[in-house]
Amino acid sequence: MRITADTIRLAVPIIALVALLCGVFWLQPRAMSYNGLNLLFNLAVPIALATLAQMFIIAVNDLDLSMGAFVGFVACVTATFLNDTPLLGALILLAAIAVYAVLGVVIHLRALPSIVVTLGMSFVWLGLAVLILPAPGGAAPPWIRSLMTVKPPLLPMAIVASLLIAFVAHLIIARSSLGVLIRGVGGNERSVARAGWSVVATRAAAYALAGFFGVLAGMALVGLTTSADANIALRYTLLSIAGVILGGGEFIGGRVSAIGAVIGALTLTLAGSFLSFLRLPSDFQIGAQGAILILVLALRLGLDAMERRTKGRR
Amino acid sequence: MIGALIRKPWLWAWIAALAVFAVTIAATAGASAPGLAKAAFTFAAFSVIVGLGQMFVITLGPGNIDLSIPATMTLAGTVALKLMATQPGMVLLGLAVALAIGVGVGILNYALIKALRIPPIIATLASSFLLQSAAIWTNRGLRIKPPESIADFTTGTVFGIPNMALVALGLTILAWVLLNLAAYGRRISAIGQNLPAARRAGLPVDGLRLGTYVLCATFAALCGFLLSCFSGGAALNMGAEYLLISIAVVVIGGSSVAGGNSNVPGIWGAALFLFLVVSMLNTYGFGAGPRLILTGVIIIAVILAASARGKAGTRG
Repeated sequence: MRITADTIRLAVPIIALVALLCGVFWLQPRAMSYNGLNLLFNLAVPIALATLAQMFIIAVNDLDLSMGAFVGFVACVTATFLNDTPLLGALILLAAIAVYAVLGVVIHLRALPSIVVTLGMSFVWLGLAVLILPAPGGAAPPWIRSLMTVKPPLLPMAIVASLLIAFVAHLIIARSSLGVLIRGVGGNERSVARAGWSVVATRAAAYALAGFFGVLAGMALVGLTTSADANIALRYTLLSIAGVILGGGEFIGGRVSAIGAVIGALTLTLAGSFLSFLRLPSDFQIGAQGAILILVLALRLGLDAMERRTKGRR
Repeated sequence: MIGALIRKPWLWAWIAALAVFAVTIAATAGASAPGLAKAAFTFAAFSVIVGLGQMFVITLGPGNIDLSIPATMTLAGTVALKLMATQPGMVLLGLAVALAIGVGVGILNYALIKALRIPPIIATLASSFLLQSAAIWTNRGLRIKPPESIADFTTGTVFGIPNMALVALGLTILAWVLLNLAAYGRRISAIGQNLPAARRAGLPVDGLRLGTYVLCATFAALCGFLLSCFSGGAALNMGAEYLLISIAVVVIGGSSVAGGNSNVPGIWGAALFLFLVVSMLNTYGFGAGPRLILTGVIIIAVILAASARGKAGTRG
């Protein structure tokens, strides 16, 4: 296999994840089991989905500050409408995805800063979630619950699900023609337009995909927690951005990686639980995620420099 | 004169704030006007202080946003209150430590941006994780009361004007002078408009950006200190809502989110406006849900209106 710049970018988060896993296994060999792995990565599944959603937005050079609130809103809808009246619940979630597509169109047509629009939307999603569920409650639809707690042979659900969603998202963003267009808009909007493609449709598609993966994240979250709350996922906004960047993505230029994003999300989740294995107080959990982020980015900087040196020699 | 006034980008935030104020006191037939104005100026003051810092950072150009403001506020508030330990004689020391934390955070933020060559959003995000942990670790769930003297000061008034509003006004004037009269403001605007050109022109870009991140973090730390004294103790989530507010007041206030074109008076108008919207909806008996939704709709409406005004602007 030829070692390209993209391989190097992907290698860094993988190294970080493997190093963390080795640390966990060394501290607690019992974690090296079917159930242990499932427990370690269970909560990573919704975070990975939210990170992929954020990735589609970042691919077109935008940023979604409403991801956490949106996932919380979906969680509230899932635990109420989708459970009680499945048809209405599904319609609401489809409408939410449509809202995302409309956001993409408006942001593009009026040349609005996505940060501010999604900032406003985060209030809207949170308000809607509070309206639906003023207090924590609701119940997960049984089929989502059983889907999230299924025990496949050989590998635990959390790992299988992560692999599956990484693969599917990779197909969309890296292999499909839509994915190429989306990254093209991030790389050079004008050339995509000159080549005869509709930039506005592409941006709308990217936002709709983000909405779709956000919906999946909220549903997966409820499947794990069995009930919902408006504030359940607020920290996903920042975690999802961190996950994309950790996985080798860039804010501009359409450089994103679906596999990297999922690995980034897994790494951030593991960084939190790593501390409990070290018997450090949970006070430092968030700090550990920050430290991992800084370490991985520093590592990448070193590899980037190496990459540039080898290029220079050629 | 009037034509020049209408073209001011900050005017709209003030008009909106006044309109909401009028609608709110209409509900009580004018009886609540002084009380409402006092509350609005007190609570807007905190948004203004963090908003001013965020404004300087946003002026630096696309991608420059400080996400570590809430964590800085919390850390400065918890450490200062713990240090003061309710003793009146320690107030100045507590304030000094809070400000020192701000300076430290600013340096840390820019060191990460520069050393790792990563976008400011991700650098300040990473440092906010670290600061949050530090705040949790120092706080340990305790709620320490502020010394009485500073608590009285933060909740007090002079001739009916809340002290917090006066502090914020002082900082606003300082920020206005820095942005409009001092070379510093011209220089950071130049950086925001065109970084390579600013560099070619020989501006000390790194020094200016470092100074801006330090300034922003110091404002956040001061706000955290004042807010924790005002509300009778530091809470770990006390900064949370100020992340979005700090960005919202800058943008609603008419500053360009793409950088290079900021204004100070709009921040006051926007901060008053955001507070008044919440109290208007409270007065008319709306719950938390509709209140949040309307806040969001207003932010989007404002940015839409702003884009209609400056259609010639390029994509940020």
